Amino acid sequence: MSRCHAVVAVLVALVVAACGSSSKSSSTPTTAASSPTTASALSGALNVFGAASLTEAFTDEQATLKTQDPSLHLTYNFAGSQALVTQIKNGAPADVFASADQKNMKMLSDAGLVETPEVFARNQLEIAVAPGNPKHIASLADLEKPGVILVLEDPSVPAGNYARQAFQKAGLPAPQPKSNELDVKSTLAKLTSGDADAVVVYTTDVKAAGDKVQGVPIPAADNVIATYPIAVIKGTKNQAAAEAFVNEIVHGTGQQALQARGFLAPS
Amino acid sequence: MMMRVPARARRSDSSVPVAARVIAVIAVLFFAIPLAGLLWRAPWSSAWSVLTSHDARQALRLSIETSLAATAIAIALGVPLAWVQARVAYPGRRVVRALTLMPMVLPPVVGGIALLLALGRRGLAGQYLDKVGVHLPFHVGGAVIAETFVAMPFLVLTVEAAFRGADRRYEDAARTLGASRWSVFRRVTLPAIRPALMAGALLCWARALGEFGATITFAGNAAGKTQTLPLFVYVTLETGNGDAAIILSLVLLAVALAVLVGLRDRWLSAI
Repeated sequence: MSRCHAVVAVLVALVVAACGSSSKSSSTPTTAASSPTTASALSGALNVFGAASLTEAFTDEQATLKTQDPSLHLTYNFAGSQALVTQIKNGAPADVFASADQKNMKMLSDAGLVETPEVFARNQLEIAVAPGNPKHIASLADLEKPGVILVLEDPSVPAGNYARQAFQKAGLPAPQPKSNELDVKSTLAKLTSGDADAVVVYTTDVKAAGDKVQGVPIPAADNVIATYPIAVIKGTKNQAAAEAFVNEIVHGTGQQALQARGFLAPS
Repeated sequence: MMMRVPARARRSDSSVPVAARVIAVIAVLFFAIPLAGLLWRAPWSSAWSVLTSHDARQALRLSIETSLAATAIAIALGVPLAWVQARVAYPGRRVVRALTLMPMVLPPVVGGIALLLALGRRGLAGQYLDKVGVHLPFHVGGAVIAETFVAMPFLVLTVEAAFRGADRRYEDAARTLGASRWSVFRRVTLPAIRPALMAGALLCWARALGEFGATITFAGNAAGKTQTLPLFVYVTLETGNGDAAIILSLVLLAVALAVLVGLRDRWLSAI
């Protein structure tokens, strides 16, 4: 018991700290296979990378798909879309990618890593505050008042980008958030823990948080419509299931799951 | 326990079987390959522009300031704690030891959540801090607290072992010669544990410098306030600027290596 242990522990800790965020890239082989999609094709192992705001809707949909075909082994990876793009670019084993904005999807299509994306849902921004609205927030302008602790997503996160667009559309100066979180869920967590007075997230996130938060609508003129595209990753090991999953999300049961969670129809 | 290695043991020992040697090589590769990956992908030509960019320098400066502050707090609190733990027998000492070393094995993100629930604005103690105007989340203070929480056990562990290993007869002799307790600590005990204190402080500082999970969870990601170098590395990687992330990872790696080499040559061997 002593310094030996400490040295070993620190070595491990430092290597993890120094190298944790680096990963090697491997170019994904491309296949041009395309097969007709049927619901019965939705079986086997499937890795779906989805924007954090899709957590609840996609998890609901998983239960539906499971009852259709119990042999489906669906694994989700939810994070900020920008983080998922980095992971996929570096060779993460994704079969399907669902982004919260066109920008991040375009980064993958420009790199030739996805097949043609399809829009499957739209979403809107909403201000979220503590229940009872103790700081009397009524508009985006109120979020820039002194004494209001505002937390947003980082500008690289789709929601953070949309939020800054909304401030701009409302003719307000660029917001100065106290923290730039890396996805909508951790942004909302700063509100529910009581450390932020207000956050800007999607209407679906406000709905999903239930009575732990209160929503303050942003007028349509200032609001930004978030467009969600989904695409099959080129070279997926389970092409049939990946296409069937995308089909379910765009045209099938996925639409009910999304709209039940407050998403708007794709058009 | 580190001790001087007898000359006999330094000779190569033929009793280690070949299989063990092969596995040992695999273990070395396990550590070496990730480092090679960083070096392989490092965009050396853009290193200078990355290191001199405003955001990177800001994160670097913040990291140095917060990690030094965390180390100072860890010394101020950790040395008395180590002293008591090593020398004072009391019921529950084992429980206290487990408690104070827990952050070493706890996932840092769990530590961050715990800090948020305790010291956040609506937290157990944080609600009272809020009343007197002390806010830790989203402020430099929060980053320092997160780093101290995670790093202090490294100092306590090292210094406590030194307190326990120090020969108490010198202190007893000084006392019988009429020195005050404080004077004995300053003149006899402290010099005896100094190498361990330096080693512990260095380990603690290195761990504080690399802190990520507790900081982002408790203190948030605010440029210039809580966005330390590891957070900056993570954010730049996520936002598609992999080159900057690799260069800054190498900076942290170089610091880590320098600390280990420094420890080995200067202080660890001294005890």
